[in-house]
Amino acid sequence: MPRESRRRLASSNMELWLDIKKKLPGFTLQVKFAAGADITGLLGASGAGKSMTLRCIAGLEKPDEGTIILNGQVLFDSSKGIDLPARKRKVGFLFQNYALFPNMTVEENITFALDGKKTAQNRETTRQMLKMIKLEGFEKRYPHQLSGGQQQRVALARALTAEPRVLLLDEPFSALDEHLRSQMVKQLLEVLADYRGITLFVTHNIEEIYRMAGKLVVIADGRIEACGVKEEVFHNPATVTAARLTGCKNFTEAKVLGPQEVQALDWGVKLKVKPIGENGVSHIGIRAHYLSRAGEDSRENVFNCWPSFVNDTPFRNTVYLTLERQPSSSGDYHLQWEMPRERWLELKDQPLPWKICLEPDKIMTLKP
Amino acid sequence: MDLDPLWISLKTAITATLATFFLGLITAWLVAGYRGKFKGFIDGVLTLPMVLPPTVVGFFLLLLLGKNGPFGEILYLLGTAIIFSWPATVIAATVVAFPLMYKTARGAFEQIDINTINAARTLGASEWKVFWRVAVPLAWPGIIAGTILAFARALGEFGATLMVAGNIPGKTQTIPVAIFFAVENGEMEQAMTWVFMVFLISLVLMSVMNYWVDAQRKQAPAGK
Repeated sequence: MPRESRRRLASSNMELWLDIKKKLPGFTLQVKFAAGADITGLLGASGAGKSMTLRCIAGLEKPDEGTIILNGQVLFDSSKGIDLPARKRKVGFLFQNYALFPNMTVEENITFALDGKKTAQNRETTRQMLKMIKLEGFEKRYPHQLSGGQQQRVALARALTAEPRVLLLDEPFSALDEHLRSQMVKQLLEVLADYRGITLFVTHNIEEIYRMAGKLVVIADGRIEACGVKEEVFHNPATVTAARLTGCKNFTEAKVLGPQEVQALDWGVKLKVKPIGENGVSHIGIRAHYLSRAGEDSRENVFNCWPSFVNDTPFRNTVYLTLERQPSSSGDYHLQWEMPRERWLELKDQPLPWKICLEPDKIMTLKP
Repeated sequence: MDLDPLWISLKTAITATLATFFLGLITAWLVAGYRGKFKGFIDGVLTLPMVLPPTVVGFFLLLLLGKNGPFGEILYLLGTAIIFSWPATVIAATVVAFPLMYKTARGAFEQIDINTINAARTLGASEWKVFWRVAVPLAWPGIIAGTILAFARALGEFGATLMVAGNIPGKTQTIPVAIFFAVENGEMEQAMTWVFMVFLISLVLMSVMNYWVDAQRKQAPAGK
């Protein structure tokens, strides 16, 4: 991880540090990163080991080896035989299916995190928690009487009632309907703004992670592909896998021709790129919405292109293009170009070939 | 008519059910949570009394509890013996009823969404609190079913009981044992009375259980 952010984290006393290894069917999970005050997002495809990482932090699964340290306290250390049980870790966990206790009311669910007694103080805590999640008056309801979004908020309130030092959110929005998601992201961010602890969350949804996280850890096949400040990881993902997981759709193998020039082998064109570092480049990529029509003043990386086929959705269109030659079939394409529907309506009647520009700034230079 | 066998049977079955309830419940919870490689073996041992012929169970109990057995010897030193006494009927009934309670409760525990159990743990609950406040309430219908099955089995226990407790009227003679000896002595009417009584108790119990489980299911939350 970048030294820069390590230093920043070390300066504050709130830090979760882990370096663990666990053999799983099919691959070995091996992750090492730190999380501090910024919300940290773990991005990866399903089955990449994200949830397992959270479960190891919470003490619900045991790593084969490694260490987990929270605010200076050792939660797990295989070499010293330390393995604090889940109940002593003060790590809150928001489960994908919320995992409310179906036999208890909302109030009983929340006070379970306290002593479970029906004292005036507990009633007051419950009231405040329900106010925070905007579910006042829901004390006596049972989980099955709540909608998915409401259940999730109760589960969040319950987790926060235990005053966890770390809050782990496992795919918090995956079980919600599409139209509820964006609203829930907003509400969750509001609640988390007042939370004084470390937040880690896991998702495979790029938009969610971009909205929620300040720091990003990209995981593929149990390994960390990229790690750092969100904007930096999105702008400069370093590896093909990290670029793909952050949503990049266009890749080609590349051969370096000069300090700022490569041959895009799969696309059959020469491209100007940002200065290539010492480590070289094996692939390049460009995000589908960064393609643009060449204007009068465009000089570099301007190519003729032909549409191969078009994907129509209500608001956005994806056009599949071939560069410098006509497509041989509808499955034959070099690049995907995403644009708002209005732009597509403008573009589609223009005479062929279209002129397209791949700005050198927008081209990502990658390693495998 | 001498009602002793009825009282002895009920007393034995109730005591054995109580014992098997707690033993079965706790064992079921421990085995359900155990993830080691001996799980299959442990489960096999615990289920054995259900599949072995009751006479084999009785034989093992005789070996354990008899004068020359490890437990029998300790009891002998204390100046008492368990073989051919009322507690022997309870032990025999408990051992054969145990697997029913254990199996049913374990199945019910394993049906619980593991995340609710884990949620309780991350909220700081002790294993004891997780067990009594979360696991047991969520597995309750299964636990009740197991208890009723265990009671019915304990009530009907014959083979092992006869071997370790014998047939002492007014002391160890339960209804099933009384039926066997009544038939052997040609007292068919006597046997018929006992048969009818066991038949009635079992039928009522099973029906109550079925209705109760149905009622629970209707009450149960529509979704999770």
